[in-house]
Amino acid sequence: MKKTTLMIYKNNPIIGGVYKLYLTGDVSAIHCPGQFVELSVPGQFLRRPFSVCDWDRDGVTVVYRTVGQGTRRLAAMMPGEGIDALVGLGNGFDTSLSGEKPLLIAGGSGVPMMLCLAKQLLAEGKTVTAVLGYRTASDIFLADDIRYLGVDVHLTTEDGSAGVRGTVTDAMEDLDYTYFYTCGPEAMFRAVNGVANTSGQFSLEARMGCGYGACMGCTIETVKGPKRVCKDGPVFTREELLW
Amino acid sequence: MVNTKLSLCGIALDNPVIPASGTFGYGHEFAEYYDINILGSLSTKGATREARFGNPTPRIAECAAGMLNSVGLQNPGVDAVIAEELPRLARVFHKPVLANVCGFSVEEYAENAAKLDKQPQVGWLEINISCPNVHCGGMSFGTDPRLAAEVTRAVKVVTTKPVMMKLTPNVTDIVSVARACEDAGADGVALINTLMGMSIDLRSKRPVLANVTGGVSGPAVKPVALRMVYQVYEAVSIPILGMGGVQSAEDVLEFLLSGATAVEVGAANVADPFACKNIIETLPAAMARYGITDLKDIIGGAHHG
Repeated sequence: MKKTTLMIYKNNPIIGGVYKLYLTGDVSAIHCPGQFVELSVPGQFLRRPFSVCDWDRDGVTVVYRTVGQGTRRLAAMMPGEGIDALVGLGNGFDTSLSGEKPLLIAGGSGVPMMLCLAKQLLAEGKTVTAVLGYRTASDIFLADDIRYLGVDVHLTTEDGSAGVRGTVTDAMEDLDYTYFYTCGPEAMFRAVNGVANTSGQFSLEARMGCGYGACMGCTIETVKGPKRVCKDGPVFTREELLW
Repeated sequence: MVNTKLSLCGIALDNPVIPASGTFGYGHEFAEYYDINILGSLSTKGATREARFGNPTPRIAECAAGMLNSVGLQNPGVDAVIAEELPRLARVFHKPVLANVCGFSVEEYAENAAKLDKQPQVGWLEINISCPNVHCGGMSFGTDPRLAAEVTRAVKVVTTKPVMMKLTPNVTDIVSVARACEDAGADGVALINTLMGMSIDLRSKRPVLANVTGGVSGPAVKPVALRMVYQVYEAVSIPILGMGGVQSAEDVLEFLLSGATAVEVGAANVADPFACKNIIETLPAAMARYGITDLKDIIGGAHHG
């Protein structure tokens, strides 16, 4: 983890209520997909945690939905403004366990982190498939970005307006995979756990206080006892979680 | 040159900045980021007899100028604290610590205090009779002067180390609780714990915290905390450990002027892992700016003249 000031380079809506933020600065503390950053939005006491969508030598991309005061204030910030940030938090995904044909499963706000994960797995020579679930066709974001990397992307929408009608598990049935990585709402996790036929890793969301393991605000119960989502996670294996 | 050294119940502090219990874990997380030996001391996460998961999540929420928590004393139990956490802490922190002690009965406070008393790195026992997030314990001992005195006496019997009673602001008259602790033999009082509050989620139209209520901390509570430290200083002659919304060196000076001998920093650690480091590093310049050469000289200074 590194505390640093990042500069807003771009902060644009990509679909209604979803913004793509590119921050430049020292992001050397990010070392694997699935980690997160915490941004101090002016006027808010606590930092806001955001998963890393992508990063490079010069900066980090975060894709976020405006859901409350903090993210609305973030959306109002302009290029050139500085943001106090904690960079490189959390453990991230372990790609060494993926096998040859990993499957990425994500819904809604879980989609962004799949971009850098897909890049990493492809760079390691894996054949990557993704199932991305959305409410409706107009909610779809980042699916093309992930497809253009060379990922076999399957879409689902709850109303059937794009891809398979239903949820991510409706598109998983016929897929052949060696391991899975998933991020999304808890109901989706339970459904994935119900149908998946391999081991896998889950990236959990939590309302966090500190983001670095001090306040015990985001603790979950696991088979290995209480664990902090921010510090011991946010990625946990299927076997660690209690179902 | 300015002097930041102080003494708290006869134990020397290099400076008055002490991370508050529950906002600093057992120190390791912060030791990854900087040498925590710059701290005056630190107050460990509260220990109960049994291991506790704490309350259901969500148990953190934001509020204007601060935060709410309803963590509910998550800890591995006093025996595991002694066997695992304190030895790990000793590797990264080499000064006496405040061992924060919790309980659900007078007997449990005494039992946990007796165990922690035997640990050489424990300098003070900080007795938490003010947690607003647990039932049948915690704050119920801090809202009744008779019970506060009873816990104080029970703990004093089992330890020779200074006993700091940590008080709740969720009372009509904190002065009477502080006096009762002093009369029962307390060596100091620590105040304030969090103010009980709540927050509503407009999307779900339900309380944000699964526990419904939680404790408010952060700059929002600082004026309340300063007032209570000021009032308690007038009423007792034992040292006061002041806390509530401290996030700058200037805040430290305000608490000392109100009557605190040292301060704890709580919510600021949750917003910024370097909060205590920044306060300590900027303290000498803040002292110089206000013509203060020795912190000892300003304790309770706001009461004079």
